[in-house]
Amino acid sequence: MTCIVCPNGCRLTVTGTGENIQVEGALCKKGIDFAVNELTRPMRSLTSTVRTVFPDMPRLPVKTRGEIPKGNMLDAMKIIRRALVTERLKTGDVVIKDVFGTDIVATATM
Amino acid sequence: MTIRESSFDVVVLGGGPAGLAAAIAADKKGASVLLVEREKKLGGILKQCIHDGFGLVYFKERLTGPEYAQRFIDEFFSRNIAYRTQAFAVETARGAQGFSLLLQSAQGMERILSKTVVLACGCREKTSRQVFIHGDRPAGIFTAGTAQYYVNIMGCLPTKRCVILGSGDIGMIMARRLTLEGAQVEGVYEIKNSPAGLARNVSQCLEDFNIPLHLSSTVTKVTGVKRVESVEICAVDENFAPVEGTQRTVPCDALILSVGLLPENEVAEALGVEIDPATKGAVVDQTLMTSVPGVFSCGNALHVNDLVDYVTISGELAGACAAAYTGHARSQVCVRYDSSDFLYAVPQRYDTAAGGPFDLYFRVREECRNKRVAVEAPGLVKKTRKYLRLTPSEMEVLRIDPGEGIIDGDIRLSMLDAT
Ligand SMILES: Cc1cc2nc3c(=O)[nH]c(=O)nc-3n(C[C@H](O)[C@H](O)[C@H](O)COP(=O)(O)OP(=O)(O)OC[C@H]3O[C@@H](n4cnc5c(N)ncnc54)[C@H](O)[C@@H]3O)c2cc1C
Repeated sequence: MTCIVCPNGCRLTVTGTGENIQVEGALCKKGIDFAVNELTRPMRSLTSTVRTVFPDMPRLPVKTRGEIPKGNMLDAMKIIRRALVTERLKTGDVVIKDVFGTDIVATATM
Repeated sequence: MTIRESSFDVVVLGGGPAGLAAAIAADKKGASVLLVEREKKLGGILKQCIHDGFGLVYFKERLTGPEYAQRFIDEFFSRNIAYRTQAFAVETARGAQGFSLLLQSAQGMERILSKTVVLACGCREKTSRQVFIHGDRPAGIFTAGTAQYYVNIMGCLPTKRCVILGSGDIGMIMARRLTLEGAQVEGVYEIKNSPAGLARNVSQCLEDFNIPLHLSSTVTKVTGVKRVESVEICAVDENFAPVEGTQRTVPCDALILSVGLLPENEVAEALGVEIDPATKGAVVDQTLMTSVPGVFSCGNALHVNDLVDYVTISGELAGACAAAYTGHARSQVCVRYDSSDFLYAVPQRYDTAAGGPFDLYFRVREECRNKRVAVEAPGLVKKTRKYLRLTPSEMEVLRIDPGEGIIDGDIRLSMLDAT
């Protein structure tokens, strides 16, 4: 598998199962953690945009503050697509609370 | 009509990450600075790059494009640096005392005199590949960056079912983005036998969403009256020639191109700056000064970087060097390499009168393994580094430090098998 933690994109070889997972090819420890998580509970961060009522900025870019389960990305998108921003927000402000265990936050200042 | 006139030490053209870094660095050195941006807002292309992965080198943090830009915009504003947005230099000329720019902005016309100019105009997307595709020219053929603008800034979905030509990073990132927004990406087609973009994007943008990546294949024909109705896909051989009998028709309403980026050189050319055919950007020395004294270049206008972090670093260097510009007589040597091994190297020149250490950026021509890259020059202790793997899609950097020595001849970059 390819590590997606950073643009280095280390090519990882994983052998073994359960408690005895061996990871080869990682340039740093994050790659080993990534491979183990990927096999047990793959997580992703998600970025998107939310509709706003402001004509000068019709979309506000957002992200999940933490990561969400990989399998929930499309469900999270449904929630994000329903939201509407009605006040001027800035980078870091919470846009939607508690989406699959994390918050959706603004990544730009309006 | 009298035209307002003001003077500066440094004028920066472009308000993306390169221009912001250049303006901040020049201001830190005590220069009077003016930043000129064509668009309404600062931040450049990062405004529409809402995905994350920016800043790992510079901030050791994973930021989205807008977050990365905001940090520099905040610092820029906190320094009260002069700027004009929605402004455009309609005329740029070299004079005895420096440069004269005629700016057109919301405030009207204005004359700017400056000792130096920093070019930070970014890059544009290649569209030339379009001309090799046969058939109709209906609506629905656009670049990945245009799709990115539509979806992320305007909030409209420009396709229901599309084909992406080229496996550049922006194309793969848009394949994921369009899928998340409910469009169907039929596939990504790449003429070469390896992906053009980063491996992590193949994994997290395509594989995560089961979007097929077809290597060694291309689009040979577009069909459609008003709007794209279908494209013809074809496998290619090692010379990129279509393989007869492999044609396949794919119904779609859009063809999205992600076939690479080119430095933006309009102003550079107007100023008579020498362009490197390898990078398609300016030829510069280690201070990022171009062939025209007092004109500097940085960011993606200089060469297309794969990480914005390096764009910022080059902006800082160009800004600091512009602020320190004295107009000294240069004595330049060349950086030489074999173009069968390397795509390009930046800087292309070294000013021995300015001297000092510098970072040499390069890209290899083809993917290769177990190589040793060497840099040698008269007056320099030979520098070598071993690489397990080198690929054209990943820019490499070597720190070259002559220490007490003085480089007094051409610098040679070479590649050998590692033993
Ligand atoms: C569509 C697209 C998507 C990209 N996605 C990524 C990505 O995901 N990750 C990544 O690391 N890199 C990405 N890049 C590369 C990106 O260009 C750089 O990372 C970074 O934004 C380059 O910074 P820059 O300041 O050199 O250029 P830009 O960010 O392009 O900024 C240049 C600025 O100069 C202004 N300008 C141009 N000409 C003039 C003029 N004559 N006068 C005044 N102003 C002018 C433009 O309006 C713009 O604001 C992308 C590039 C494009 C084109």
